[in-house]
Amino acid sequence: MSGTFLDSTELVLNMGPQHPSTHGVLRVIVKLDGERVLGTECVIGYLHRGVEKIAENRTYTMFAPYVDRMDYVAAVSNGLGYCLAVEKLLNAEATPRAQAVRVILTELNRIGSHLLWLGTHALDIGAITPLFYCMREREYTLNIFEKYCGARLTTHAFRIGGLQYETYEGFEKEVLDFCDLFEPKVDEYEELLTGNRIWVERLTNVGILNADDCKAYGVTGPMLRAAGVKWDIRKAMPYSGYEKYDFEVPTRENGDTFDRYMVRMAEMRQSVRIVRQAVADIPAGPIMAKVPKIIKPPVGESYVSIEAPKGELGYYIVSDGSTQPYRCRVRPPSFVNLQALDKMARGSLVADLVAIIGTTDIVLGEVDR
Amino acid sequence: MSLFRKIFLVDLLQGLRVTFRTQNPKNIVTEQYPQQRPMIAERYRGAPRLNINPENGQTLCIACDLCSLACPENLIVVGWERNPETKRKDLITFTYDTSRCMFCGLCEDACPVDALELTQDFELASYSREGAIFDRQTLEEGIRPTKYRF
Repeated sequence: MSGTFLDSTELVLNMGPQHPSTHGVLRVIVKLDGERVLGTECVIGYLHRGVEKIAENRTYTMFAPYVDRMDYVAAVSNGLGYCLAVEKLLNAEATPRAQAVRVILTELNRIGSHLLWLGTHALDIGAITPLFYCMREREYTLNIFEKYCGARLTTHAFRIGGLQYETYEGFEKEVLDFCDLFEPKVDEYEELLTGNRIWVERLTNVGILNADDCKAYGVTGPMLRAAGVKWDIRKAMPYSGYEKYDFEVPTRENGDTFDRYMVRMAEMRQSVRIVRQAVADIPAGPIMAKVPKIIKPPVGESYVSIEAPKGELGYYIVSDGSTQPYRCRVRPPSFVNLQALDKMARGSLVADLVAIIGTTDIVLGEVDR
Repeated sequence: MSLFRKIFLVDLLQGLRVTFRTQNPKNIVTEQYPQQRPMIAERYRGAPRLNINPENGQTLCIACDLCSLACPENLIVVGWERNPETKRKDLITFTYDTSRCMFCGLCEDACPVDALELTQDFELASYSREGAIFDRQTLEEGIRPTKYRF
């Protein structure tokens, strides 16, 4: 189509890398026809640190703090995935006590991650109040992490073979107090948002991704479950003793932004349920399995995936028998989920693009690694 | 949504009820840092410290170099000299570059004599890059954070 620039209908716009609602340094090139999105393209790599390459130059123990810095909102989950992968290489297993404490901390971290997502997502849509409430409750989980392992965000809580730190005095009580305090708070968020007409109107039928598309793109986590696929690695391939706990996998049918919100809210309730069960029955015993001081796994490879708050987080580690991994590949949920952005955003309004980016729950530290 | 709920904005009023429920000043959770000192956990991994034996004022460090080997960022440099009389290593210098430190605590775990320790001090800001590199004296005496006057 030829014409002067005056009748040009298409507009190419850069959203980001410094846009506040891209949750980091994501640049989205958007092609617009008026208010309609014709297509998007993500430019990533602004936060690339080469974590996988760093792994090749560090010993197995040394690399553990680096994985916390990928998905820094859910650092505990990252640490768990890495430790499980190396333990599989070593053919070792964490002690029952270590496994229970690991489950408690990862579930608390899932609550914290979902809270941060809820707060910022609501902020993107235009509701400021939930952010403060979410941050207030997230603080309790961070305080538990700080008291347990000495760091709040990039925790480095787990070591290969178990735990470094024994639980502190009053750990169980503090976690249970948090559960008691937190459950009514979820109702409070729902009261604020779920019935709110602005919230419902902004989210329903926005960014629909059906089950087939989810599978085609490899989308996992709450986004997949919102499309109606009952897939949770904690249930499908239980790790770290998840098979002992009784919980449900919440699903929804439509796969739009509102359904993803509902799934994540339900997941927070289920996490509380798991934490309660785990705290009630922390076995006594050692916290560290018999693992050599210098970790030298036999030649081989291992892939372990866990259900991180954002989806399937996988670690693929190849060992050449030395003290350093030959190759470490991370399958980050945020990176894979982000690939479905174009599919979801095409044809929607530019104002909804913010909601769609928010609902994928990406952390750019994990997308770029 | 029923007409009644729609006209009388019931859903928005429900949300506002939550907002007004939390208006009680007793429920304020904000910490007034720096006027009010934050609660720091006992295990907090903050500024490093090199412990001194309180009995004789000697350093506890035996210059075994294990912390330096354990550090993922290679930021610890231990300088030592063989004492010809006792045939043991004497610690001469100890440099710890906090600008590259991740505060992962691996050095602390590696130390066999509990000499190196990550403390509860968290105010590590410095006016220069050199200020972030701690020498032995700073490590033993501790950092002196700026005292605020109100």
